Amino acid sequence: MTPDDFALLAGILKERSGLSIGPEKTYLLESRLNPVAKKNNIANLDELVAQVRLKRSEPLLHDITEAMTTNESFFFRDAKPFETFENAILPNLLADRAAKKSLRIWSAACSTGQEAYSLAMILREMAPKLAGWRIEIVGTDISQEVLEKAKVGIYSQFEVQRGLPVKYLMKYFTQVNELWQIDSAIRAMVSYKEFNLLKDLKSLGTFDIIFCRNVLIYFDQPTKAQVLAAMSGILAKDGCLFMGAAETVLGISDVFQPVPGQRGVYGMATAAPATPKLNSLQSVAG
Amino acid sequence: MKSCLVVDDSKVIRMVARRILETLDFEISEAKDGQEALDACLSEMPDAILLDWNMPVMDGIDFLRHLRVSKGGDAPVVVFCTTENDMSHIVEAMKAGANEYIMKPFDKEIIEAKFTQVGLL
Ligand SMILES: C[S@@+](CC[C@H](N)C(=O)[O-])C[C@H]1O[C@@H](n2cnc3c(N)ncnc32)[C@H](O)[C@@H]1O
Repeated sequence: MTPDDFALLAGILKERSGLSIGPEKTYLLESRLNPVAKKNNIANLDELVAQVRLKRSEPLLHDITEAMTTNESFFFRDAKPFETFENAILPNLLADRAAKKSLRIWSAACSTGQEAYSLAMILREMAPKLAGWRIEIVGTDISQEVLEKAKVGIYSQFEVQRGLPVKYLMKYFTQVNELWQIDSAIRAMVSYKEFNLLKDLKSLGTFDIIFCRNVLIYFDQPTKAQVLAAMSGILAKDGCLFMGAAETVLGISDVFQPVPGQRGVYGMATAAPATPKLNSLQSVAG
Repeated sequence: MKSCLVVDDSKVIRMVARRILETLDFEISEAKDGQEALDACLSEMPDAILLDWNMPVMDGIDFLRHLRVSKGGDAPVVVFCTTENDMSHIVEAMKAGANEYIMKPFDKEIIEAKFTQVGLL
């Protein structure tokens, strides 16, 4: 692949999904695009690039974009954010929403569903406390393929062992030959939808909690800032944003500020209501 | 440094598990069947036990049942690590007092994740 070819494809990826890759990723690009060529009956990568140049057919560009996504995910990834969600963030939100009894949670790049289902299992465990509540978990991703898998909720033995406590495996999964399917009661708690984070987020409605983990890491600074700004527009004033272990808003966006004592959790910078809560958060952390 | 007893009739598996657990800062001892493991525990209880199921002399589940009724035998954190990968075995193991369950094949990531979940790391 020539530098020109690379630049063409990198430009398309950036525009379509926000993915930002430098020339050092040429090898990765090539290895991921070979299967795309095959699937579309294109002889080789040169031919594929030629076709992209010539006609920019939507299905082909879609396949290219999808092939370049990194979809790795685990149940209860990094453990800590899910404990924070359950023990520090949720109690306050539930208290605040006691009259409305409704809560909306967004897994913003949900991949194959582990993040959304981890949240669903936590909420399921608290079911008695949440009687009468309307709780919505929305999982979105740009890749149709991962969403299909998320909806079916079938995971390999390897996938159910990384992060998922065995007590949850026993309680919420059914064995299907060598695979494990999460029960329909948990599946029913999450609705999945194809959605590109670069698009207008408003159509999704407002959320009380956003999990946006391990996706902005693939974007360049301006794109990260753009997505964060858009998210602040659909997050409740006293809501929270959870980011990945290697991600931060610091130096990228000032619409969010870290919640003291809670790594990777951010509140709205302007939100007065979030501040009184910080004390109780700190006491949980301390 | 926490101690971990690795119980498996396969020398190769014991070695692989030892290597992984040593990088996680455990002091390792080994046993090749449930009886040997029980003897080791009765002389000194380890902090953790990584336990195979199918072994000669005394299998893993028998060992666990004996362990849990022994003096001080409720202390060690027991993580099964076996090719038995069906729900009925998992349920049986947890009922007998196991703390976690690993289905072989395993790797460092799985061991690390499971040991973290049960508070050993
Ligand atoms: C590494 S996964 C993260 C999964 C999960 N949030 C976690 O932390 O385990 C990243 C996901 O982001 C999705 N993604 C990448 N660009 C996106 C975009 N512009 N809009 C929506 N999703 C996107 C990918 O398809 C992929 O499934």
